[in-house]
Amino acid sequence: MTERLLDVNNLVTSFRTAEGELTAVRGVSFEVDQGETLCIVGESGCGKSITSLSLMQLLPNNGQIVDGSIKLEGQELIGLSDDDMRKIRGNEISMIFQEPMTALNPVFPIGFQIREPLKIHENLSKKEAHLKGIELLKQVGIPSPEKRMSQYPHELSGGMRQRVMIAIALACNPKLLIADEPTTALDVTIQSQILDLIDELKEHYQMGVVMITHDMGVVAEVADRVMVMYAGEKIEEGDVETIFNQPQHPYTKGLLKSVPNVDDKEHNLEPIPGSLPSLKEQIDGCRFYSRCEFATDKCRTHSPETFKVSERHSVRCWLQEELTHEPKANHS
Amino acid sequence: MSQKQTILKLDQLNKHYPVRGGLLKRVKNHVYAVNDISIDVDEGDSVGIVGESGCGKSTLGRTILRLEEPTSGEVWFKGENITHLNEKKLKQFKNDMQMIFQDPFASLDPRQRVGDTLEEPFVIHTNLTKKERKEKAIDLLNQVGLSETHYYKYPHQFSGGQRQRIGIARAIALNPEMIVCDEAVSALDVSVQAQVIQLLKDLQEEYDLTYLFISHDLGVVRHFCNKVLVMYLGHMVEWAPADELFDNPIHPYTEALLSAIPRPIPGRERNNIQLEGDLPSPTEPPTGCPFHTRCPLATNLCKEEKPEWKEISENHFVACHVKA
Repeated sequence: MTERLLDVNNLVTSFRTAEGELTAVRGVSFEVDQGETLCIVGESGCGKSITSLSLMQLLPNNGQIVDGSIKLEGQELIGLSDDDMRKIRGNEISMIFQEPMTALNPVFPIGFQIREPLKIHENLSKKEAHLKGIELLKQVGIPSPEKRMSQYPHELSGGMRQRVMIAIALACNPKLLIADEPTTALDVTIQSQILDLIDELKEHYQMGVVMITHDMGVVAEVADRVMVMYAGEKIEEGDVETIFNQPQHPYTKGLLKSVPNVDDKEHNLEPIPGSLPSLKEQIDGCRFYSRCEFATDKCRTHSPETFKVSERHSVRCWLQEELTHEPKANHS
Repeated sequence: MSQKQTILKLDQLNKHYPVRGGLLKRVKNHVYAVNDISIDVDEGDSVGIVGESGCGKSTLGRTILRLEEPTSGEVWFKGENITHLNEKKLKQFKNDMQMIFQDPFASLDPRQRVGDTLEEPFVIHTNLTKKERKEKAIDLLNQVGLSETHYYKYPHQFSGGQRQRIGIARAIALNPEMIVCDEAVSALDVSVQAQVIQLLKDLQEEYDLTYLFISHDLGVVRHFCNKVLVMYLGHMVEWAPADELFDNPIHPYTEALLSAIPRPIPGRERNNIQLEGDLPSPTEPPTGCPFHTRCPLATNLCKEEKPEWKEISENHFVACHVKA
């Protein structure tokens, strides 16, 4: 039996802006087990990146977690002091970002940046950290790592930089790796190298991985479980096969239909009409209402409950009401 | 089917950028961005130009439109050599050739109302009155699925998909015959991307447009294009009708590129042909076949001699020593 690593319950994150309080993440709950990859998918602006930044508590100054709990191996992270949180970040939870050029510091050599977490979290001396750094670079498949230690980020290619980011993220053997669109900025041939690398390292360290992506192809390749987000809410969650083969929510279905398929020319692209509602909009009913072809009056006035289709498959849609009859106990 | 007219003909097109350095800013080296591109594009074609970033596909698009001056070689458009036309004559051709850019956030003037942006081509290229221009602009908005109310708005008031629609409206304003789409849908979310692809297809049917569709997303290219050119380090590696290319790729680079695309099918066996390493620098291109440094099939011949451009079956061209 694998162990529960991360338990997020009813997470609510909002931002203070000139236009008032905007809620970007609305009561999202999910779990990640050891050695499991959870993919969070959705379109830009659906709150997937804010969810991941909330996990790290690295929100911008005007953002804050309003409600909910985040437990890492049973330990509550919300409410920890900055000092305590700093001990967890980079040590137990690590994160890699989309654009490795902006995430690495351009004025310090690679070596300095990879030694830093080792010195802080593992109390290694500079020399020990240097050797460990070379070891890590070797592990992520960087040729001639000794030389790379003294090079600067601009001297490396995009793929190499992302490998360096991964090496830094893995420096302290984190239990949980959060990857926010790690391959979106990379070419396909490099992307497949990086995805393989993350998968290999996950197996090796038995890490839990939360991967955020908008690319359904990437999801199919790396995910064990998938969580689909729309306008700040979790609308469907299930095993990767279930989500791809028996999607229930009209949005998930639409998302899958609008992905072009390289192997099948006849595959009909069916766009979802309209676009994501603005965070400012006050919506009483389902947030997908205006774009949904199955919408009913109830969808307009009542926010849907989460229904369980099976043990590991939940959907937030009124259409499920007739099909399942037993709503999952609503959170909070 | 061969009565179709050739609308665009590229003949040995090259674009090299000088790299200057030293005290006297002498030319030290060149970036070999586009090398010996020769293809014919027929009217009504949607030609996909694919390859990894840095392979010269965008430079090729810009060189065709004469936004960059070619170093050597010729561009023929509708039977006329436009390589050396002066600004004045070129202006006529620019009516017929337009471009849609990747980033709709960067390609619209943030301080200009959308209506003004759309009227600008008419100001420059026609003698329409103000009222006629406005009518035209509103007509364009309607054609791309927007409405008259959008005429008075500024770009920041639109979503990414809507901005790209405005970019398209601007491109079709003067009834062009050919549009170069440089990663036109890459910055959009999939659900919106599918909408924009549909719009481009509808416009093509209505106006008989020819598209050069520059993209790194082979899934989109498969849906959109009927011919595909694969580029690597500024060189042509394969050129074939889309179905032929996707079903029967010959060049090892095309094969690797196709196998690297993540498919939306969970649990699929990956028969991935992993390419080792990165793209070589275009300032110091490898000798012989440009792909030999990463090619799993490379032989000694590949290192020394540049492969010939061969037609291996009808309309299917490949540059490879081993496979062709």
